Amino acid sequence: MSKFQTLAHYRSGIDNYKLLPLRFSELDDTRFLLSNFVGEFHILEKGVARDFMRHQLQPSSAHYAELRSKHFLIDGDSSVAIDLLALKTKTRFERLSYFTGLHLFVVSLRCEHSCPYCQVSRQNDDKTDFDMSPETAERSLDLVFQSPSPQIKIEFQGGEPLLNFKLIRQIVESAKKRNELARRDLEFVIATNLAVLSDEVLEFCRIHDIHISTSLDGPADLHNKNRPRPGGDSYERAVAGIERVRKALGRDRVSAVMTTTNASLERARDVVDEYVERGFGNVFLRPLSPYGFAVKTKWYNSYDTEKWLRFYFEGLDYIIELNKRGVQFKETYASLILTKMLTPFQPGYVDLVSPAGIGTGALLYNYDGAIFASDESRMLAEMGDTAFKLGSVTDSYEALISSDVLLDALEQSFAASAPMCSSCAYEPYCGADPVYHHATQGNFVGRKPLSGFCNRNMAIFKGLLTRMEADPETRRIFTRWANR
Amino acid sequence: MLKLRAPENIVLPGAGVPPRVFRLSTDPDRPAPLRKSEGYIYRSGSLPPGFAWYLLMGEPAESASPAEGAWGLRLPSAFDYLGDGDVVRVGREKGDIQALFQRSARHHTFLLTERCNHYCLMCSQPPRDVQDGWIVDDVMSAIPLIDRATPEILFTGGEPTLLNDKLVGLAKQAKSYLPETGLHILTNGRAFQDRGYTERFAELEHHDLMFGIPIYSDQPERHDYIVQADGAFDETVRGVLNLKRHGLRVEIRVVVHKQSFERLPQLARFIARNLTFVDQVVFMGLEMTGFTKANLDSLWIDPLDYQPQLREAVHFLSDSRIHVAIYNHQLCITDRSLWDYAKQSISDWKNEYMPECVGCVVKANCGGFFSSAKLKYSSHIHPIGQNSSGAPV
Repeated sequence: MSKFQTLAHYRSGIDNYKLLPLRFSELDDTRFLLSNFVGEFHILEKGVARDFMRHQLQPSSAHYAELRSKHFLIDGDSSVAIDLLALKTKTRFERLSYFTGLHLFVVSLRCEHSCPYCQVSRQNDDKTDFDMSPETAERSLDLVFQSPSPQIKIEFQGGEPLLNFKLIRQIVESAKKRNELARRDLEFVIATNLAVLSDEVLEFCRIHDIHISTSLDGPADLHNKNRPRPGGDSYERAVAGIERVRKALGRDRVSAVMTTTNASLERARDVVDEYVERGFGNVFLRPLSPYGFAVKTKWYNSYDTEKWLRFYFEGLDYIIELNKRGVQFKETYASLILTKMLTPFQPGYVDLVSPAGIGTGALLYNYDGAIFASDESRMLAEMGDTAFKLGSVTDSYEALISSDVLLDALEQSFAASAPMCSSCAYEPYCGADPVYHHATQGNFVGRKPLSGFCNRNMAIFKGLLTRMEADPETRRIFTRWANR
Repeated sequence: MLKLRAPENIVLPGAGVPPRVFRLSTDPDRPAPLRKSEGYIYRSGSLPPGFAWYLLMGEPAESASPAEGAWGLRLPSAFDYLGDGDVVRVGREKGDIQALFQRSARHHTFLLTERCNHYCLMCSQPPRDVQDGWIVDDVMSAIPLIDRATPEILFTGGEPTLLNDKLVGLAKQAKSYLPETGLHILTNGRAFQDRGYTERFAELEHHDLMFGIPIYSDQPERHDYIVQADGAFDETVRGVLNLKRHGLRVEIRVVVHKQSFERLPQLARFIARNLTFVDQVVFMGLEMTGFTKANLDSLWIDPLDYQPQLREAVHFLSDSRIHVAIYNHQLCITDRSLWDYAKQSISDWKNEYMPECVGCVVKANCGGFFSSAKLKYSSHIHPIGQNSSGAPV
């Protein structure tokens, strides 16, 4: 019918496409990963990628449609890509406008466990010098409520924070009272090994809606080997504690994290099975970090990145297999990265954001009144490196947050301008971790070929991408993880 | 909106100017204060006095005489569906009558104009370039007469935003007079690229307003081709962004046919990535009416043949936590994994079933067919049976 135009009529503006900002890196021998700064990606054979960048890609090709849809190119037919890229950029960096949401309180550095891999350098549980004082706690809360963030999460850390439960009680009650006027979305988390959990604590957690985060390294023999305590019953106490929390507070009120040691490396499936058996919906497969006793005892150096990656992917592939068999279960680290790959959102996980999450995403109030830019910052300080000490609770909020200590670290580590990161197509999924690089290489940036952080993350990014490109079912599982 | 016209003449030419839009009653004991502005549907018995209009479905006795000055109209049996609480419009000169609102219907649609700035290949209501501004006045008058318990009303066209200010006025009227009723506006969304215009709808603070907006492809020229309007894709996407910027609710509506089915998964990905905040995405079957008949060869694809693309798109959106639904599809040719998303959505007066449906156990949950589907429908329609425990097989 002549009153209708043909498709070709609407293609008139399509000639002479322009490239939008993009980066490309090798995915494997034959393919490039292309990404843009809002995290959209497209995988191309190297030859096709070359054609594309030389403006020789035919509009009729399937890649042309994909690249345009994902905002890698723009042509005369449509300009709304620019509006959408602007919006997605804003969405991605939205958390920066909220500023600090996570506030960590080290209410005591004492612990009744004696884990050789302890990264916080705990103290014996008779030394009350390592408890936070009530005055320091109140002054810390003054600072917490000066953060403009509409969401405030207060996490109690240790040592074993329950050894100073009296102070937790004071802080929760004081924070809630302050919040009657401040009106923030206020949450509490206690990170505890659950060994000294009492009914009194549980009742308090129930009344104040407090979340419990605990450690579970795997089956009993592995866990107890990693986490010695008097009686050698860390596992039994943790598992009993998890059930008590679920019963008293609800099944979703307790979560757990694991730490990989040399003894874990051959046991990825056992670790996952332990989490499945305990009724968890996820496991966070974490390597050791280069802090505290883990370094002193040489546990940190007991395995290299490659060995850990083998462990990680064995665990990940097993979890994918479980999902295919109908078990809804996810790996937490992969999920954080997949959210960056498959959605417009950026999870606020401190290690995997750029600008770095230190200070802007988290602040740590130490037992002695010192203020650090993150949890790892104080771990580093216990080893004598105070590069991330922002000041103390007697300083003003403005002085702490605008200190050169923080701003220099943020600026220098900013991944989009750091050497090698600035041209890396995986950068949108990565982060700037100035604390790690200061601990391992003595500066905020580090040389990336020598960086365990870089090597580990690059391997995970590629591992996730190749798995979802090769198998639609895995892609669907990953999409669910990314959006949960 | 029904547009049945009665050829009959006005049998009772009353005095003065009667209401042009009025509500109907079948209650002979209707309280007198209400009768003055209402029409009475007469079927038999006596003729209660005091109504402004009498719609005669039967012959009243000689002695029965309405109040002086009342108007009367004889209705043929085709109007038998009219009932209590319905709202009609009557032309005083010719006596033509049109139902604006049928209380017992499941869907309440108001066509606000026949004019449109799209010319969609599959338009079920082909646009006409006519001066039909009077429609707005009728709908303005009808809204206060509508039963306030009505769950939802729908404004459509044509392109309602071509009415500009008047559409804002109608939405305000709906908010004011129907405080418990949802308002759904079907629009191509292009007008909302103007932030000022969008803001005026936001300022209404309507309690339950949703804009239904079509996007047919992630490829601009393909969308523009389907709607036959150059530059439409960009304007529509900008419109959606503005509506959401102002906190207004948006549903993306995708008609699935031969020109749109191939890239449904990519469209789903585009929506999830760029328009993440939309409130719902709906995939709709083709209606065999209007322009679709003229473009049948370039539009028709058996729905069975696009299930892979539909499945991937629906799963992706659902996995991305975006509300998704499928309208106007028959269950027997819809992928089983999509049944939970398939809704019964066809307006009741369009909804039918085929001879192949006899004995089907899921008919009660099936969207069925548009009455226009007789022209062409899937060659794979078949009754779904059940196993010994009663589950569909």
